[in-house]
Amino acid sequence: MVENAILAELGEAVQAALPGSRTAIERGAELVVTLLREGLVEAMRRLRDEFHFEQLMDLCGTDWPNRPLRFEVVYNLLSLTQNRRIRVVVATDAATPVPSIASVWPCATWYEREAWDMYGVVFEGQTDLRRLLTDYGFEGHPLRKDFPLTGHVEVRYDEERKQVVYEPVKLQQDWRNFDFLSPWEGMTTLPGDEKVHLNRIEGGKA
Amino acid sequence: MSGSSAMASEAGPLTSAADPATMPSATGLSNEARTVEVDSHTINFGPQHPAAHGVLRLILEMKGEMVERADPHIGLLHRGTEKLIEYKTYLQAMPYMDRLDYVSPMCMEHSWVLAVERLLHIENDVPERARVIRTMFAELTRILNHLLNVTTYALDCGAITPALWGFEQREHLLEFYEAAGGSHYHVNYFRPGGVSRDLPAGLTDRIAGWCDQFPKFLDDLEGLLTNNRIFKQRTVDIGIMTAEMAMEWGFSGPCLRASGVPWDLRKSQPYEIYDQLDFGIPVGRQGDCYDRYLVRMMEMRQSLSMVKQCLGRLKPGPIKILDNKIVPPKRGEMKRSMESLIHHFKLYTEGFHVPEGATYTVTEAPKGEFGMYLVADGTNKPYRCKVRAPGFAHLQAMEVLSKGHMLADAVAIIGSLDIVFGEIDR
Repeated sequence: MVENAILAELGEAVQAALPGSRTAIERGAELVVTLLREGLVEAMRRLRDEFHFEQLMDLCGTDWPNRPLRFEVVYNLLSLTQNRRIRVVVATDAATPVPSIASVWPCATWYEREAWDMYGVVFEGQTDLRRLLTDYGFEGHPLRKDFPLTGHVEVRYDEERKQVVYEPVKLQQDWRNFDFLSPWEGMTTLPGDEKVHLNRIEGGKA
Repeated sequence: MSGSSAMASEAGPLTSAADPATMPSATGLSNEARTVEVDSHTINFGPQHPAAHGVLRLILEMKGEMVERADPHIGLLHRGTEKLIEYKTYLQAMPYMDRLDYVSPMCMEHSWVLAVERLLHIENDVPERARVIRTMFAELTRILNHLLNVTTYALDCGAITPALWGFEQREHLLEFYEAAGGSHYHVNYFRPGGVSRDLPAGLTDRIAGWCDQFPKFLDDLEGLLTNNRIFKQRTVDIGIMTAEMAMEWGFSGPCLRASGVPWDLRKSQPYEIYDQLDFGIPVGRQGDCYDRYLVRMMEMRQSLSMVKQCLGRLKPGPIKILDNKIVPPKRGEMKRSMESLIHHFKLYTEGFHVPEGATYTVTEAPKGEFGMYLVADGTNKPYRCKVRAPGFAHLQAMEVLSKGHMLADAVAIIGSLDIVFGEIDR
């Protein structure tokens, strides 16, 4: 496919231009570049100026608790002139800051604040690293996989004290999370079902 | 308005102790030399303010009546959608989408189903009729959204009539929603692999009938606003965004096009049947509040033409894929076939499993690029779902847009950006 060839070519060019980068094409349609934290700002600037990815559309964190570098910061860039997208992935852990790219794209500020708020990823050089979406005075980083869905505190209005109070969460019924991954229920491909599964994947690729 | 002094006293009266003239001098200088004139002050705009379009808390640092700095505090409507979706199956996560941008529910569903279909590798199998229905409702939704935005924006600028007229038209559109999906707003109508049910008999005729009277309404609405002296005074040359700035600030959709960038995902990266439809992309020139209004008005006419084209393309046929591992079987089949019953049971308890992978899927929602960064780990629940809301980037630019403008202009700018907090706070 022509589209694939163009993507592969672009991927090779990006890999050659940016030291320490690895590129991959996901599902034959989306170009993914893995970059190192060091020199990220420079690499982003080159992606913007040399490869014409003018817009930062999205920046978000992802949590992989089993990996040594637990967090991924994912940048989705868009080129309006070339009509291309690229996804940049940078790995980090809770202690190591990622360079802020707010100097390359000013709109990164809120996205970095959100990633800090939700995952606790620190952005070096970001002057405005306040919480964004959570409550004033919130503790913890809610989108981490080890943060409970119910949260730690609940808020209510106390009629006697005439003010809003925070209390530890009390549930009438425990939160039930069904495990569909047991060998009996949750296998991705059920025995005898392999053919349907394979057909679907191959059919999508062809 | 006598401006600063009146506002400052509202923020809290000076006590005699805080009055510099009465304080003893610490430096030994005379009191007159230490007296500073305070004419900058901070006002709290929202979160309960009719022009804040929801729960926006805007901290405005004012110098007299000029905005020095605008600092939006968001998150008052944060419901943890992304976290909740990680604990739901792919089907259970659908209704959360309606509640993101609750002004254009079906467009939110659209990104979700396209992302799931991509990960399932079934994006090419979706039947033609389902694609046409989805496209048609996406365009009806665009009109729905723009009607609300344009009319409430006019309301912010002092015109009440457009809002009254616009809501009548919206009510018609919401009736189509109800006929198709069973609910006025949170329809939950799209499905990975098609739509949940076929259109009821007679709905296409009703939509066609509505299409016939809508241009007249648009003319009336334009007659009220486009050349309205007051409306133009409030919007022309207010909140100018150049094309370069719009790109830097991550703008998309009508706000980007108003700045003169001819970019529309329906044209440049077509999905569904947009590559077969004939439509134009209105582009502005100045990038001010007035251009953003004009672009939306013209987009409504384009959407109307697309709805008509979709009506012409609607042919009888299946409305979802045939794989019962992903879409539920027909109710009638379930009465007779054991296998169908099992499929139904498995689908609504366990749901379907999505192969490992990640995608960033976008659609041109009425407000701009609505992206879905979806990571699947092979189980029946998404591993990570990040919603890229267009309004998030637009609201962030509030600071550069409103700097140096009057307080009343800040209201016009918020209106022109089309802010809905469901999608911004998620």
